[in-house]
Amino acid sequence: MSATPLLELRGIDKSFGPVQVLRDVAFAAYPGEVTALVGDNGAGKSTLVKCISGIYPTDAGQFVFDGRPVNIHSPRDAAALGIEVVYQDLALCDNLDIVQNMFLGREKRSGIILDEPTMEQMAAETLAGLSVRTVKSLRQQVSSLSGGQRQTVAIAKAVLWNSKLVILDEPTAALGVAQTAQVLELVRRLADNGLAVVLISHNMNDVFAVSDRIAALYLGQMVAQVKTTDITHAQVVELITAGRSGGLGLTGEPATNGNGAAPAGSTTGGVS
Amino acid sequence: MSTTAVKQEGPAAVTSTPSVGSHVRGYWRRVRGGDIGALPAVLGLLVLCTVFAIMRPSFLSAGNFANLFTQGAAVTLIAMGLVFVLLLGEIDLSAGFASGVCAAVLANVVTVLGYPWYVAVAAAVLTGVVIGTILGLLVAKIGIPSFVVTLAGFLAFQGVVLLLMEEGRNISVRDSVLVAIANRNLPPLLGWTLAAVAVAGYAAVQLLRYRNRAARGLVTDPMVVVLARIGGLAVILGLAVYVLNLERSRNVLISSLKGVPIVVPIIAVLLVVWTFVLHRTSYGRHIYAVGGNKEAARRAGINVDRIRISVFVICSTMAAIGGIVAASRANSVDPNTGGSNVLLYAVGAAVIGGTSLFGGKGRVLDAVLGGAVVAVIDNGMGLMGYSSGVKYVVTGVVLLLAASVDALSRRRAAASGSR
Repeated sequence: MSATPLLELRGIDKSFGPVQVLRDVAFAAYPGEVTALVGDNGAGKSTLVKCISGIYPTDAGQFVFDGRPVNIHSPRDAAALGIEVVYQDLALCDNLDIVQNMFLGREKRSGIILDEPTMEQMAAETLAGLSVRTVKSLRQQVSSLSGGQRQTVAIAKAVLWNSKLVILDEPTAALGVAQTAQVLELVRRLADNGLAVVLISHNMNDVFAVSDRIAALYLGQMVAQVKTTDITHAQVVELITAGRSGGLGLTGEPATNGNGAAPAGSTTGGVS
Repeated sequence: MSTTAVKQEGPAAVTSTPSVGSHVRGYWRRVRGGDIGALPAVLGLLVLCTVFAIMRPSFLSAGNFANLFTQGAAVTLIAMGLVFVLLLGEIDLSAGFASGVCAAVLANVVTVLGYPWYVAVAAAVLTGVVIGTILGLLVAKIGIPSFVVTLAGFLAFQGVVLLLMEEGRNISVRDSVLVAIANRNLPPLLGWTLAAVAVAGYAAVQLLRYRNRAARGLVTDPMVVVLARIGGLAVILGLAVYVLNLERSRNVLISSLKGVPIVVPIIAVLLVVWTFVLHRTSYGRHIYAVGGNKEAARRAGINVDRIRISVFVICSTMAAIGGIVAASRANSVDPNTGGSNVLLYAVGAAVIGGTSLFGGKGRVLDAVLGGAVVAVIDNGMGLMGYSSGVKYVVTGVVLLLAASVDALSRRRAAASGSR
């Protein structure tokens, strides 16, 4: 679809003490597209997301957002750019209702009084814009919602803020079949509304169902970033487990293990 | 504001004005689902009052009704502060003796040092703020469990009261303003005026909200329900003021005794103020959020430590106000002010009223309802001539009952919710 990525990462390195978790990672997310980020446990998916959302500082590498080089030092920087993350463990408060959760920490006020009508209206508009019909009342507590509905609220919360890039961390991991379909449909709709969506998932069916591109991490290295139509199911599994598949992925000897030495021709990226 | 375009259906898709019937059914469904709120406290209050009224008709006299308020005031005020701490799932065991320390400061400043009453009140409240800040910092910044911090406070403040009392002497409080707080009444006309203002204010808030929401096409409670709420408040306040304005003196020729006790409007104002803070400000919203899911609150950019410190400050400050009322009622402060059963009655009041010990659920009104239950038990059993031994046992059992109701309704909520 669009040629220029919304977010582009180049040469990202990240170590925790002696353990190098990300090595010279390049990654791009395009507006209007769902980019699936796949990889086995410990491949560095979560770390990469936390670098993008400003929770971890990177050791080296460049961020380019909307064509401009940017620095992301804190979650607030990321939010200011329009990057929102929907975490696996949802981060919703059970004892608050849907509207209260969607505006948590960013409540609309008139004077010191909470402006409930405005918030409720905006929440209703956002949910309607995402064609969410499964929620009966905006004032019901989140504890009374099903897993799929909760995920919907978490996603709606992320798109409420003029966000441009939404990162979803395993949004379907705990859901049943019907609810998974519901959430995937919502993910697709986000992209169709023009947002750049990054979907982290272990489920190949989900990945092939909604994604436009697939980015595969293997032991901290980005081994491939290809269009979903150009790759098969089996190839992706090979990329995840072995780091290469046919002409794709690592060339030469695969890295021996996660905390090996830095690869040859180390990165020359700027300071993040 | 949102990036997503509004479709034709708009908000109407998720909103519809419910009828009275569906409103009642919705409430009943919430109750069955484990969200029982203050229902046990209200039912308990009705049952207790009926039983005591049958066993001892004097329980229903105007004089005894007024006594209930002054007897329960200090515990209720402390419980109102405790609600904030309980909302975070924390506990403040030192609130009772914190109120004792503040009362001792009050007595020392006004009687020993001879300053005017307002200086003494300011000093007592300031003492409460300082105590709360210290407790909150220890809990939030150092990370000691609140149970341990406040248990240490419980012991230490007991000692501080003794030290302030110069090894056990008691200090009398004779300042006329301070004594009036718990011992004098409003003129009957002022009582009626305040009740009218309260009802009018409540009606204005309710109707404005109704109009505001209806104008934007949002779901509103049915008008009948809104009017019933306003009418209910008017009836309750009217009855209470009427009874309290009856002559309570045994011999009118010697002295007249009628009117709303001055502590009642004090409690009412604090109830309104704290309810406003909890439900209409983002600070209150953040308290609920931290109590419900600390991690979610942190990720939403809420300063969790600041919220945790602030609830301890509120709790100890309310304890200070409770201490002032207790000192006023006893006309003196002794080393046991705020001691013995005060703290447990206050925790009991909050929990009986429907505030959860697990955090995230509760209202300031709970403290007032629960405080009423505790005061009724204390007062009614006293009238029936039971010893304090029996009173303690019964109050303990009621507290246990309330805590089990809390735990069971939580289980029920977990079962009916789809987690």
